[in-house]
Amino acid sequence: MLEHTMHPVTLKHVHKSYRLGSVGVPALTDINLEIRANCFTVISGPSGSGKTTLLNLIGCIDQPDQGEVTVAGQQTQQLSDDELSDFRARHLGFVFQNFNLLPVLSAAENVEYPLLLTRMPETRRRERVLALLDAVGLSSRANNRPGQLSGGQRQRVAIARALASAPQLVLADEPTANLDSQTGAAIIALMRTMQREHQVSFVFSSHDPQVQAAADDTVFLCDGRITGVQRHAETARVAA
Amino acid sequence: MKTLSLALRNLLRNRRRSLTTLLAMVIGMVAVLLFGGYSSDTKYMMQTGVVQQFGHLQIQRPNYFAEGGDNPTAYGIGNYQRIIDAVTHDPVLAPLLSVVTPSLQVGGVAGNFSTGSSRSVMAAGLVVDELNRMLAWNDYGMTSYAQPLPLAGTSEDAVVIGNGVARKLGLCQALQVANCRTLVASAPAASASARAPDDIAALSMLEQATAKPQHETRIEMLSASAQGAPNVVGLHVVKAQNMGLKATDDVYIAMHLAQAQKLVYGAAPPQVTAIAVQLQHTHQLPLARQRLSQLLASEFKNEALEILEFGTLYPMYGQSIAFMDSVFGFIAVLIGVIVLFTIGNTMGTAVVERTVEIGTLRAIGLRRSGIRQMFIAEGVLLGLAGAVLGVSAALLAGYLINHSGLAYTPPGYVYAYLIKVRILEDAPLLLGSMAGLMLVAVFSAWWPANRASRLLVVDALRHA
Repeated sequence: MLEHTMHPVTLKHVHKSYRLGSVGVPALTDINLEIRANCFTVISGPSGSGKTTLLNLIGCIDQPDQGEVTVAGQQTQQLSDDELSDFRARHLGFVFQNFNLLPVLSAAENVEYPLLLTRMPETRRRERVLALLDAVGLSSRANNRPGQLSGGQRQRVAIARALASAPQLVLADEPTANLDSQTGAAIIALMRTMQREHQVSFVFSSHDPQVQAAADDTVFLCDGRITGVQRHAETARVAA
Repeated sequence: MKTLSLALRNLLRNRRRSLTTLLAMVIGMVAVLLFGGYSSDTKYMMQTGVVQQFGHLQIQRPNYFAEGGDNPTAYGIGNYQRIIDAVTHDPVLAPLLSVVTPSLQVGGVAGNFSTGSSRSVMAAGLVVDELNRMLAWNDYGMTSYAQPLPLAGTSEDAVVIGNGVARKLGLCQALQVANCRTLVASAPAASASARAPDDIAALSMLEQATAKPQHETRIEMLSASAQGAPNVVGLHVVKAQNMGLKATDDVYIAMHLAQAQKLVYGAAPPQVTAIAVQLQHTHQLPLARQRLSQLLASEFKNEALEILEFGTLYPMYGQSIAFMDSVFGFIAVLIGVIVLFTIGNTMGTAVVERTVEIGTLRAIGLRRSGIRQMFIAEGVLLGLAGAVLGVSAALLAGYLINHSGLAYTPPGYVYAYLIKVRILEDAPLLLGSMAGLMLVAVFSAWWPANRASRLLVVDALRHA
């Protein structure tokens, strides 16, 4: 428990490659990384550097070819598909570049959905949804469907959804890429606030300078390798 | 927010597609139910007609039916009244019975000397009151085409003949048969008469002078007696009736049983060729047959008797049902396949369109089974809506058909039957069709649902 409080994510000698026809294309090579608890961590790098692949491995929606991925104290390779689903529902939150809200559900229902998967009682569920929508400033739009919300509002709903099941880790793939700079800045500020209030670790993939500026830690990726880790409170060091 | 609620909302997302799918299902359901209802009506109408005519069971001498049923001498049952008494007083059979009645079938030639015409006929000697009670049987509330025999209270020589017999014997005018062309006795040609010898010509003139007028309704019937001698009786035709089947209508004569027995057996002890047993309900048939077999085997073990069911006595019943069932099966399978592909296509398109959503739901923790359930629930809802709307539309169409007065003359029949569909009254058809549609809907949703559940999360999220 202490260990994963200290490091909610640990990757050891992780390799991942994809097949393009008969050719294997390495996406990640010998990744060793520890994500600090209650921090804003940004994975940065050019397109094709392996940011999304690394985020997918941390988010337990993909498996490494080699190496060990430990999230919230759990080695993810040991879990079955159903166990991984349950694990994600309880320990992880996701924010997507395109928001990925369910269009047939209202804002409140979108936030409520992960709580249904954790079988939270209805009264507590309603309370939590309202509290989260209030926290992201959308309590007045609770009954609006995503199509009736602006991009920034949708991303706020997505953040509330990611935090609904009180996860230890929230993963965000380019969360500001589809937002204008002003809205992007507001979203980053909101995520920072939520991260502090909910004592949760945020891991982003982004090349948005605004996101990198807000980060506690920045992991630099190039050609599938970690080229540097910058911790604001520490001296930069090369991890790989 | 339950699975069904989410499924319903997803179906309403693309209303046009869902409505098109629903329409295909409704049309399919209506087609199946209308044909099934028509088939059901035909089946029960035929059964009603056959049971009214023959009863549910008949006791006969072995092979009498198989060998053509026109030899009352060789296959007569002399002990018939004792058998009838045993059946009607049996504690097991008695509560099941509607009518038990004897009959004697006699073949012969009927002639009308006033028109100089004759034809071979098949006469049935009947106990008129009992037969009329049999004709009133209508356990399914069908449109009954049976007319009571107007022989009650008539003299022993009274008979009812088929319209076809009336036509052949030139009795149309006398019996006031509608749509019936009267045959006039062919008079000798003038030239032939001129050439005939005087004495023959005089005899011919005398016969023509003494010929009965066209309004006379007396006929003669020639048959072989039990001893093999020809026997002729004069009969008084009280009415000509449409007997339904042309083959029957052209040869049928109904007469009092006593008259038929006198014709065949003369002064010898009377016999019958069949004892008809009509039950209150058709579903009692297996029990009644079993008990009747026991009864005959125990109390009449020295009598060679066999029991025949109405399906055997009237083979066209079984053949017609089998034909209707096979056509119904063909239509149902065809429509099932169309519905299967329609729903499958709809669900397949939905999976492709919602691939990113599937990835998102899987990422936030929904299991594969949850994805599968979501799409199958959509199939179930589509099936349910299709079944309910299809049944409603079929009932409406059925009501319109039943009140339209549309009629149809089946092959071999001489009058038209009203076209009716029997949907609401046929619970197995109604529930079976609904269940079938639901099954097809679930089955056709299963494949796309399974495909959706097996998508890799990262691939689904990457889907453009």
